[in-house]
Amino acid sequence: MTDKFQSESSLAFPGEVHQTPSGGVLVSKLDDVINWARSNSLWPLVFGTSCCAIEMMSAASAKYDWSRFGFEVARATPRQADVIIIAGTIVNKMAPVLKRLYDQMGDPKYVIAMGACATSGGPFFYNTYSVVKGADHVIPVDVYVAGCPPRPEALINALMLLQQKIKKGLTREQIREESKIEYQKAV
Amino acid sequence: MTKEELKIKLTELIPAATFDESGEWLNMILTPADLLIATEILRNKPELNFDYLFCQTCVDWKTHLTIVYHLDSTRYRHQVVVKVQLDRNKPEIETVSHIWRTAEFHEREVYEMFGVNFLNHPDLRLLILPDGWEGKNPLRKDFEDPVNMIKL
Repeated sequence: MTDKFQSESSLAFPGEVHQTPSGGVLVSKLDDVINWARSNSLWPLVFGTSCCAIEMMSAASAKYDWSRFGFEVARATPRQADVIIIAGTIVNKMAPVLKRLYDQMGDPKYVIAMGACATSGGPFFYNTYSVVKGADHVIPVDVYVAGCPPRPEALINALMLLQQKIKKGLTREQIREESKIEYQKAV
Repeated sequence: MTKEELKIKLTELIPAATFDESGEWLNMILTPADLLIATEILRNKPELNFDYLFCQTCVDWKTHLTIVYHLDSTRYRHQVVVKVQLDRNKPEIETVSHIWRTAEFHEREVYEMFGVNFLNHPDLRLLILPDGWEGKNPLRKDFEDPVNMIKL
């Protein structure tokens, strides 16, 4: 990663301080401030369909404590949630429920696919009658986490990746395009 | 009763049964025809008092199906496993849901997963699978996943 990307993704408040004799003046963009606020207050939906949910609970509890980064207010209703962490296997019968929960969430909304099952069906990819082969068949996913199940550190890393994404304020395609240009410049 | 005592008692009361003690449990093997008489005795004899059917399931052995009943007595805390072998092409067996009410759900699950027809069951229909799954029996060994199938 370049220095520019790292500085942009830091936890610092966006903007520049101009010193004047009577004190500093902060100049910033409203979009950046809104994205900064959004990314530091992501309320996850209480949604766990199998063992990944145990790791998610661990990430929420005292030892890993994801509230340090602004995720502590887990909501039991999609109407108050910003991010849905798909923690577990999605079966064919659950898929319409997941879609409905996603539709009920207010914009802007984000999705994290946690673990092998939510990413691709994982251990249930072959010879099963009931499992959806990846939650992205049902709803769009922002961040994928590898692991079966992933450790709490991996989930927190994914949530922080999501924060970086929100702070950049760009779509996935725009981020990809930007990193291409940066790479060409570096070469 | 200990496993040995229980076996002696059961041999006395249900002469048609054979026994297998190779595993952790006392296994009693019956034919489908003896099932109703035997379960009646297991449930109602005061010294046996098997009042709790804590698991009922089915195994597909490719050559035949086996229905497995795990029974427990909440008074005496002794257990027995009853196994009944069925014809794989025409699996039919009497229901035990009038003896242990919990069997009503278990038998519906075995019906949808293995296609076993429980005679005289009060409400034999799919339990969890969505409509249209009748006759597909996903837990049979020869079931094929229509999306991603790997054969060994």
